[in-house]
Amino acid sequence: MNAFLLEYLPIVIFLGIAAALGIAFILAAVVLAPTAPDPEKLSSYECGFNAFDDARMKFDVRFYLVSILFIIFDLEVAFLFPWAVSLMKLPAEQAQFAFWSMMSFLGVLTVGFIYEWKKGALEWE
Amino acid sequence: MNATTTDFWATPGGWVLLTVGQVLAVTIWVLLSLAFLLLADRKIWAGVQMRKGPNVVGPFGLLQSFADFIKFVLKEVVIPAGADKAVFLLAPLISFVLAFGAWAVIPLAPGWVVADINVGILYLFAISSLGVYGIIMGGWASNSKYPFLGSLRSAAQMVSYEVSIGFVIITVILLAGSMNLGTIVEKQAGGFWNWNVLGGGGGLPGLVGALVMIPMTVIFFISALAETNRPPFDLPEAESELVAGYQVEYSSTPYLLFMIGEYSNIVLMCAMITVLFFGGWHAPFPTDFTSAWSPTAASFFHFMWFFGKVIFFFFMFAMVKAIVPRYRYDQLMRLGWKVFLPASLVAVCVMAGWLVYGRGPIG
Amino acid sequence: MALQAIAFYVMAAVTVIAGFCVVSARNPVHSVLWLILTFFSAAGLFVLMGAEFLAMLLVVVYVGAVAVLFLFVVMMLDVDFAALRQGFAQYMPLGLLIAVFLAAEMVLVASTVATKGAAAHNDTPMASGFGMDAPNAEAIGRVLYTDYVYFFQASGLVLLVAMIGAIVLTLRHKPGVRRQVVMDQVLRSPKTGMKIANPKPGEGIGE
Repeated sequence: MNAFLLEYLPIVIFLGIAAALGIAFILAAVVLAPTAPDPEKLSSYECGFNAFDDARMKFDVRFYLVSILFIIFDLEVAFLFPWAVSLMKLPAEQAQFAFWSMMSFLGVLTVGFIYEWKKGALEWE
Repeated sequence: MNATTTDFWATPGGWVLLTVGQVLAVTIWVLLSLAFLLLADRKIWAGVQMRKGPNVVGPFGLLQSFADFIKFVLKEVVIPAGADKAVFLLAPLISFVLAFGAWAVIPLAPGWVVADINVGILYLFAISSLGVYGIIMGGWASNSKYPFLGSLRSAAQMVSYEVSIGFVIITVILLAGSMNLGTIVEKQAGGFWNWNVLGGGGGLPGLVGALVMIPMTVIFFISALAETNRPPFDLPEAESELVAGYQVEYSSTPYLLFMIGEYSNIVLMCAMITVLFFGGWHAPFPTDFTSAWSPTAASFFHFMWFFGKVIFFFFMFAMVKAIVPRYRYDQLMRLGWKVFLPASLVAVCVMAGWLVYGRGPIG
Repeated sequence: MALQAIAFYVMAAVTVIAGFCVVSARNPVHSVLWLILTFFSAAGLFVLMGAEFLAMLLVVVYVGAVAVLFLFVVMMLDVDFAALRQGFAQYMPLGLLIAVFLAAEMVLVASTVATKGAAAHNDTPMASGFGMDAPNAEAIGRVLYTDYVYFFQASGLVLLVAMIGAIVLTLRHKPGVRRQVVMDQVLRSPKTGMKIANPKPGEGIGE
């Protein structure tokens, strides 16, 4: 077991304890609290009448677009992480090259960003 | 938390016991803090509206959260008939576990960190991007219209602000040159003029960075509000239209888990603001005099600074909730995508350009 | 070491079982949830190999972003999966062919690595520049933006294409939507927003 992995074991333990605590909370309520189900109580919430149909309906395609754009920007951020860490540790010349290399990468994506702005993809209707 | 020289702690069994102890200490500290911060939240809200707030249970209502907890545990767990039972119960559990798991990498004081990993900040970013699952799963599993709509809104909102949070984090990494939260805090030692919010040190010319970092801090704060679904961005819960968003069908402890998770995330965001921009556990003045103290006393001294800053930012969160009116959804999306995203993108470029051509590396 | 081995086998088993559940789950939303578990345990395996940065990126990008998209899609499209299954037998041969190809590729890669084929290229900057003890985000950062700049720029172009493609495919404007134009609101002044009418008695403004 190397020192590197030893830093991750506490996280696993932490998540495990949190999960145990959460399950304990739920079980506590299941054990301690009364249970008296009836059809009205178990029906899904609606303003005073019975639900018409299944609640899982189709929704606006815009949510889909937002999430695709998010993936793209998330990847952009992912590329920025190692760059940000190493930029100031490179020798000056290489750092300048890395800087401009990232600027051109971001420039390309800014073109896409301007395109989606102009197209109105960022508008919410 | 402090490295002990006793032989027992060096053995694997002792190590595991020590880690479990640390984890429990942090968990209990977070839970207890939450109990009182929750009350503080309600009290501040009440104070702004000239009400008294909870004041019956215990002196000044101090025990209100504990009374609430007992009440939650004694309530029936209602699972709607049409719900997907497993996912329905898994959703609050995920929210809770993620909200707590993130605390593992937060440095509370010198050496007081459960897991000192190299990519700490990325771990926090990853955990906060997973927070959306508890909400989507809860909304979907309820099989009810209001939770479903609430969870969709919430997901799109969190996802939109995640991007600007990412860019803001990049500016901090540029300053620190590391993703380890301990290193990021260390770099801000020596007084408030070295804090990242003021450009991360480097003497008087270093203050130029403040021109970028102060707006970035503000953007991070506002994005943190949106990311945790706090007012003025609490559209997923908009009680006037969606009743309570994704939590409509939840009762008893599953609801409690959602709520603890939500508040834990808020306090976590306060801790992140503290660590990333406001020097973490460093006092705002040079603290060389603590080197004469015992390590435990010094750590405790620093921990108090950290805790104080977290409480201050929680106070800011509470004040925003009390003062600012709710945003409309299209305004929210506009703010995220058309204001924060370009602004933080430009900030990353300016910051990097200034570091490479202007300031150069320090230290 | 034993703990490491146990961790590996547990996570590998979870990956494989969850992967199987992705395919076999009846409810598509459950499939996506299993997929998330698969990603997670894969990230755990990455950590075991020391690739902590990639592990976190796997979680951030795949679990935090891609799987959200998948969830949206399966929740939104309301696909009749029973109908989709009917073509199963028809596509079976093609699917099997792809599976065989994939398996062959994996065997090829594995055998090359096993015979130190890949390890022979030890002159990569990664190995020569500095030891493996450098944090791996930094190690990537040192070479990606300088030595591998063309690949880096190419990935930028790929992202651009993806962005434009997504907009072209999904963007539809509803007619007659009234939008808030913040600039107009801010630029509005008493001069443009207000008109002083001076009607005579008994005439009104006369619009």
